[in-house]
Amino acid sequence: MSTLVAPVHEPPSESSRVHYLNASYGIRSWLFTTDHKRIALLYLGSITFMFLVGGVAATLMRLHLIEPQGTLFEPGTYNKLFTIHGIVMVFFFLVPSIPATLGNFLVPMMIGARDLAFPKLNLLSWYIYIVGALFTLYAIIAGGVDTGWTFYTPYSSSYAHSQVIAVALGVFITGFSSILTGLNFVVTIHKMRAPGLTWFRLPLFIWAMYATSIIFILGTPVIAIALFLLALERLLHIGIFDPAIGGDPLLFQHLFWFYSHPAVYIMILPGMGVISELITCFSRKRIFGYSFVAFSSMAIAVISFLVWGHHMFVTGQSIYAGLIFSVLSFLVAIPSAVKVFNWTATLYKGSISYQAPMLYALGFIGLFTMGGLTGLFLAALATDVHLNGTYFIVAHFHYIMVGGAVMAYLGGIHFWWPKITGRLYSDGWARFGALVIFVGFNLTFFPQFMLGYLGMPRRYAVYPAEFQVLNVMSSAGASILGIGYLIPLIYLLWSMRYGPPAGPNPWRAKGLEWKTPSPPPTENFEEIPVVTEDAYNYAHSGGEPRG
Amino acid sequence: MADMAAHSAHPPGFAHQFEEMAQQRAAGNLGMWVFLVTEIMFFGGLFATYTVYRSLHPQAFEIGSHLLEVQFGATNTAVLICSSLTMALAIHSAQTGKSKSTIIGYLIATMILGAAFIGIKLYFEWYHDYVEHLVPGINFAIRPEWGHAGSQVPMFFCFYFFMTALHALHMVIGIGILTVLTIMTARGRFSSEYYAPLEVSGLYWHFVDIVWIFLFPLLYLIGGRYGTGVH
Amino acid sequence: MSSQEQHEHVVPVGTYVGIFLALIALTGITTGVAYIDLGAANTVVALAIAVVKMLLVVLFFMHVKYSAGLTRLVIVAGFFWLAIMVAMTLSDELTRHWTPESGPWSVLLPILPKTF
Repeated sequence: MSTLVAPVHEPPSESSRVHYLNASYGIRSWLFTTDHKRIALLYLGSITFMFLVGGVAATLMRLHLIEPQGTLFEPGTYNKLFTIHGIVMVFFFLVPSIPATLGNFLVPMMIGARDLAFPKLNLLSWYIYIVGALFTLYAIIAGGVDTGWTFYTPYSSSYAHSQVIAVALGVFITGFSSILTGLNFVVTIHKMRAPGLTWFRLPLFIWAMYATSIIFILGTPVIAIALFLLALERLLHIGIFDPAIGGDPLLFQHLFWFYSHPAVYIMILPGMGVISELITCFSRKRIFGYSFVAFSSMAIAVISFLVWGHHMFVTGQSIYAGLIFSVLSFLVAIPSAVKVFNWTATLYKGSISYQAPMLYALGFIGLFTMGGLTGLFLAALATDVHLNGTYFIVAHFHYIMVGGAVMAYLGGIHFWWPKITGRLYSDGWARFGALVIFVGFNLTFFPQFMLGYLGMPRRYAVYPAEFQVLNVMSSAGASILGIGYLIPLIYLLWSMRYGPPAGPNPWRAKGLEWKTPSPPPTENFEEIPVVTEDAYNYAHSGGEPRG
Repeated sequence: MADMAAHSAHPPGFAHQFEEMAQQRAAGNLGMWVFLVTEIMFFGGLFATYTVYRSLHPQAFEIGSHLLEVQFGATNTAVLICSSLTMALAIHSAQTGKSKSTIIGYLIATMILGAAFIGIKLYFEWYHDYVEHLVPGINFAIRPEWGHAGSQVPMFFCFYFFMTALHALHMVIGIGILTVLTIMTARGRFSSEYYAPLEVSGLYWHFVDIVWIFLFPLLYLIGGRYGTGVH
Repeated sequence: MSSQEQHEHVVPVGTYVGIFLALIALTGITTGVAYIDLGAANTVVALAIAVVKMLLVVLFFMHVKYSAGLTRLVIVAGFFWLAIMVAMTLSDELTRHWTPESGPWSVLLPILPKTF
């Protein structure tokens, strides 16, 4: 109220508190920031844009496939669409998604640090990502690429008349963004944990980020050299994949998949870390089998490097190598299964609530399990002969990447949104959005299992008429899924302006990040906390009254 | 707990996401080693494919290897080993508080040796190979005396040029880093308490030396030199 | 937190010079041995000497002898992963032309019909 009395010194209200979002203004303060939380938001904007680019490609593909002879595109153009969809979604959305956004934001906070070990390197990571993305966007505009996201030689090295080098360069450059992020996380987690925060008190999200970072570090350089050699061969018209001088085109596939198989675990491991956080919070319960879940992340990271040949069973690879890769591929399913069992056991007798993040987590468990189990059919040599190159594979990996990773990503965004923005969104709209996505997703991709089993090849612009019904179902599902993705975009953006203030811990979750105000101050913690308890120290431990 | 007094006494170069200088140092070292592991895998892709093709085409690789001149490879190996010594001595000088000019002297010696390496490679080797029509994709000419393995000899030279070029690129980057370090030293940024950038750059430089230590026998000494082709 | 003490250790100049001389000598030996006919062992010897040289550089010039266990673990992991890549790629490239009749598995042929 305006009075004539001298103003009383009031404690700062929420609106005048200084935090990382309002500590400085202007585009320079964002483009030259070294604050991990701001960098996370820079990534969030960029990868959302790339998701839309990849999503447009998918939309066009599904529209085209409504008719057996295709409705919209020449086969050559269709080839470019599925290539760009794959490249953008894999390298520019899924690989960075959780690590670069939630990882960057949360890793220092969860371990009680003020920032990552190398903040400037973190910013450099983002710029490198942007440069790589620009190369790729240029390639799209300049005519596109039609090799498939897998760039197989000799088509890509000798015969393709598309922007292979530009895209290969784009992916090569963006790879360094991943490498630097992984490096930053590994060093941070080793060296900057708060006092008392031993390895086995870490949140499982941190274990997941650590395992993911190992894959970033050990795998990404290999695809870098593969693409580099591909580009050289295209430029020089001679190279190490060239049979004329004794080269083996399959060797490209070895180098490519040595990274790209572990890459799929880069895409799912962080999601699994998110799920551990969500399941515990929304069942108010400690995780069942903490060390098993932690070690399973490390096991996945290691074993993932031993199975890449299962992408090459029908390419002419040695049967004996195929045998080894097949057995190891069955092995790699085990740690993932361990996680699913442990999450389920955590839910058992938990005090479960069904807010949006939990809906995404529950959806993840079901859909990831389906996707994972269908992988076993593909790991078996004999059935893979039938299923390889069909829509069964497309459905398999979309169940894991979209039904799994994207759902986990959205669940994580919804869970930590109050912390990141200081605002609450409408849980009613959020649950509605989650359900639309779930329905749309299953309608899109379940028919594709059937299409694949019935023999419809992937990457084809036309198909036999008997497959039309299933294709139309899939396209209908895709339109629902597309709308489903727009719904969170709308209410989350709306909440940034109009959402009610969140307070430090709206979910009453455990974890150091929830001990800070929302949004947190730039330096995260006024005083570095000292940790004395295990992770997920929820009072409820199953079989007891609600705490 | 947190020694408040020490906060104000932190040496120059201290970064505030850390609590103590020792932590920062350990982080910096670990970070550089993790980066070197990525380099092991990056060069490793080339070493892996080299291993495959050498196993599949041993004769072509031997023919190709004998066309390289051992004295340049060996000299360059010695040059790089010298540069590793001078680099280690530069760090040692900083560690023991020697004068700026001592450190700069060793850094410049390292750079000169690196430049010598590249000079020898560019002029005596690559240019010579160009003149001899041994550059794949540019002017490679298969010689009849190579026999039935001749069509695969370009494969060896693909590896020779790719691997040595990638290595040379890393050397050039290293020389760039050393230039920056020289400037930093001249500006008095280092002392016996803070010389971490020198230390981690030294790790990088030694790594590049190690890559060459393996490239030398793998490229120049395939099948020995005791046969008919003693240059 | 004990790894904080790494690199306090100052390696004497004499050690550096000694390692340097060893490296030069080993380079000379590698080159010299190439001119002696050892058959297949030429490659083995050359690589073995290269490994020794690498160890000298890693342990002394790169201070790993005085470094924490974590550093050594990181280095070992790097080489181990490289070994995985080489070994499993070779498992395909070198066995592609095997058939049950010609490879080592042929020893099983006599008993297979009786087993199944």
